[in-house]
Amino acid sequence: MFGKIIGWIDDRIPMTRVWNMHIAQYPAPKNFNFWYFFGSLAMLVLVNQIVTGIWLTMNFVPSAEGAFASVEYIMRDVEYGWLLRYLHSTGASAFFIVVYLHMFRGMIYGSYQKPRELLWLFGMFIFLALMAEAFMGYLLPWGQMSFWGAQVIISLFGAIPVIGDDLTLWIRGDYVISGATLNRFFALHVIALPLVIVILVFLHIVALHEVGSNNPDGVEIKRKKGTVAEEDKPKFKFHEYYTNKKDIVDAIPFHPYYTVKDIVGVVGFLILFCWVVFFMPAMNGFFLEAPNFEAANPLKTPEHIFPVWYFTPFYAILRAIPNKLMGVVAMGASIVVLALLPWIDRGSVRSIRYRCGLHKLNIAQFVVTFVILGWVGATPQTDFKTLLSQITTVTYFMFFVLLFVYSKNEKTKPLPTRLTK
Amino acid sequence: MMKKLIIGLFALLPSLTMAAGPSVPLMDANIDLKDNASLQRGAKLFMNYCLGCHQMQYQRYERTFRDIGIPTEIGQEQLIFDGSKVGSHIKNAIDKDDAAKWFGAAPPDLTLVARVRGTDWIYTYLKSFYKDESRPFGVNNVVFPSVGMPHVLQELQGLPTPITEEVEEHGHTVTKVVGVETDGSGEMSVDEYDRAARDLTNFLAYVGEPSRLESEALGLKVIGFLVILFILAFMLKKEYWRDVH
Repeated sequence: MFGKIIGWIDDRIPMTRVWNMHIAQYPAPKNFNFWYFFGSLAMLVLVNQIVTGIWLTMNFVPSAEGAFASVEYIMRDVEYGWLLRYLHSTGASAFFIVVYLHMFRGMIYGSYQKPRELLWLFGMFIFLALMAEAFMGYLLPWGQMSFWGAQVIISLFGAIPVIGDDLTLWIRGDYVISGATLNRFFALHVIALPLVIVILVFLHIVALHEVGSNNPDGVEIKRKKGTVAEEDKPKFKFHEYYTNKKDIVDAIPFHPYYTVKDIVGVVGFLILFCWVVFFMPAMNGFFLEAPNFEAANPLKTPEHIFPVWYFTPFYAILRAIPNKLMGVVAMGASIVVLALLPWIDRGSVRSIRYRCGLHKLNIAQFVVTFVILGWVGATPQTDFKTLLSQITTVTYFMFFVLLFVYSKNEKTKPLPTRLTK
Repeated sequence: MMKKLIIGLFALLPSLTMAAGPSVPLMDANIDLKDNASLQRGAKLFMNYCLGCHQMQYQRYERTFRDIGIPTEIGQEQLIFDGSKVGSHIKNAIDKDDAAKWFGAAPPDLTLVARVRGTDWIYTYLKSFYKDESRPFGVNNVVFPSVGMPHVLQELQGLPTPITEEVEEHGHTVTKVVGVETDGSGEMSVDEYDRAARDLTNFLAYVGEPSRLESEALGLKVIGFLVILFILAFMLKKEYWRDVH
């Protein structure tokens, strides 16, 4: 009976074929480690944001007069409204945590290298859309930091010569941030950008499944047809789509092996996530900034204006440069340069495991740079910190310059012929 | 090496605090949201001394009474002074424009003050009024210089006098108020007033986030469930991966 139903559906849409091709008989390298959890976790957080977001919109009032009060209504009068709101606000920060770790994984194992350039680019577009989504979402509670943060960020577009002022006016829909801005940000936040993100995530996965996952060794598991001895082939059944074109080594089917493994990752993540949601949703002012518990007041500027933590590294680059236009350019360049990584890295060895010592040092300094920039961007400016942000802005871009130089004739370690554990 | 790096990065997180430090050290409020007696005393203080000027426009009487263990009829009788229904928001009748004329600025809503300022700040603020004839109401505050409101708890605490210190600032010697000392003219002893300030702070902390206790109780159950699920998921993974290794 069950088989009949499946057969009936399969005659009409390719359900079983897609399931086998992309899940049950999809070849994945067998040596994924900790770093490979963050892709599935990003999907989990995306679903969390969409589901809690839908329920929040049921009670949120997108107007300058009603927004702040409606958030407090959700927090106090809606059954489990506080839980929905904290899941959504913590989810925003969690999204960036997992996405940053996911991107870092791509950097250390060279997952952006040929043939995965487009996969990386789709990822960068997701990152951009995510930043826009988070920025617009942050205006909606209509608190002091929502208002003044948006004021600062939108005014950056004013630094663009000739069209700057008109552009900021066009974005705001008013001469100042107002109810008009809130309305359009609400529309973009709940419909336009989530759609864009979901489509990009779909394309990201399509691209991934076409080229296959990289792995911590950076060694291809898909080999030229006829080069792999029969006894070296895995005992698992993979879809013909993959085996017809290539011989496959050291792979396992995504399901059940990585589905059960990802469940472990998901539950582990949820333990940390729920700990924040239930016990410290403001995360010491990192996830919910204290001034944002005060309703937006256009006549009262907060003492310090900071974006939320996930923007602070880029914000620090902006502030490091005294000229506003050049600061905006540098901030934009700091993101564009990441997208160009597949072409900046001219090496052919992917994984940090087999690359030169300088590369390891360079990655380490990049991590330190990113953390320092994040800290400087999140705290009041002092002379020392301005200097520090200028130094780290240089070291941020230096990462890419050095990589471009040494990757051409890099002294790498010999690659293993098969995946190591 | 990677693992150490990750642990190190996570360890850095809490040290990156963003709150701007106040000019004087704050006292530890040391509140207890589970102490219903303290919350009830705090509610009484708020309704009697603060509500005349400060609203809690997002919080309702009934919810408050229920959460801090006051029977509705008693709350209605003892803590609602303007005849509001128990389902109403905690509001007053002060006119914003008038208030702005009288105090320089309209008295802010206090529903979320504990989340904006922090409980230590409120506790310190309540204990930091001092006599200052140069101000319109004859008082000033150490943590909120040139404060616009009078010391409404003066009948309880008395009128403290400032403790000053000469400090060097930008090459000039200036006199700074570093603390206060009560003159003992209030109805309460120093300890009693400390308790009252703590009770009021506790109440404001509760109103700032009424879901706090419910959240923590539910959170323990959720995390307990997840830990068990984690163990099961881990065992399931081990079982499946036997074929791979």
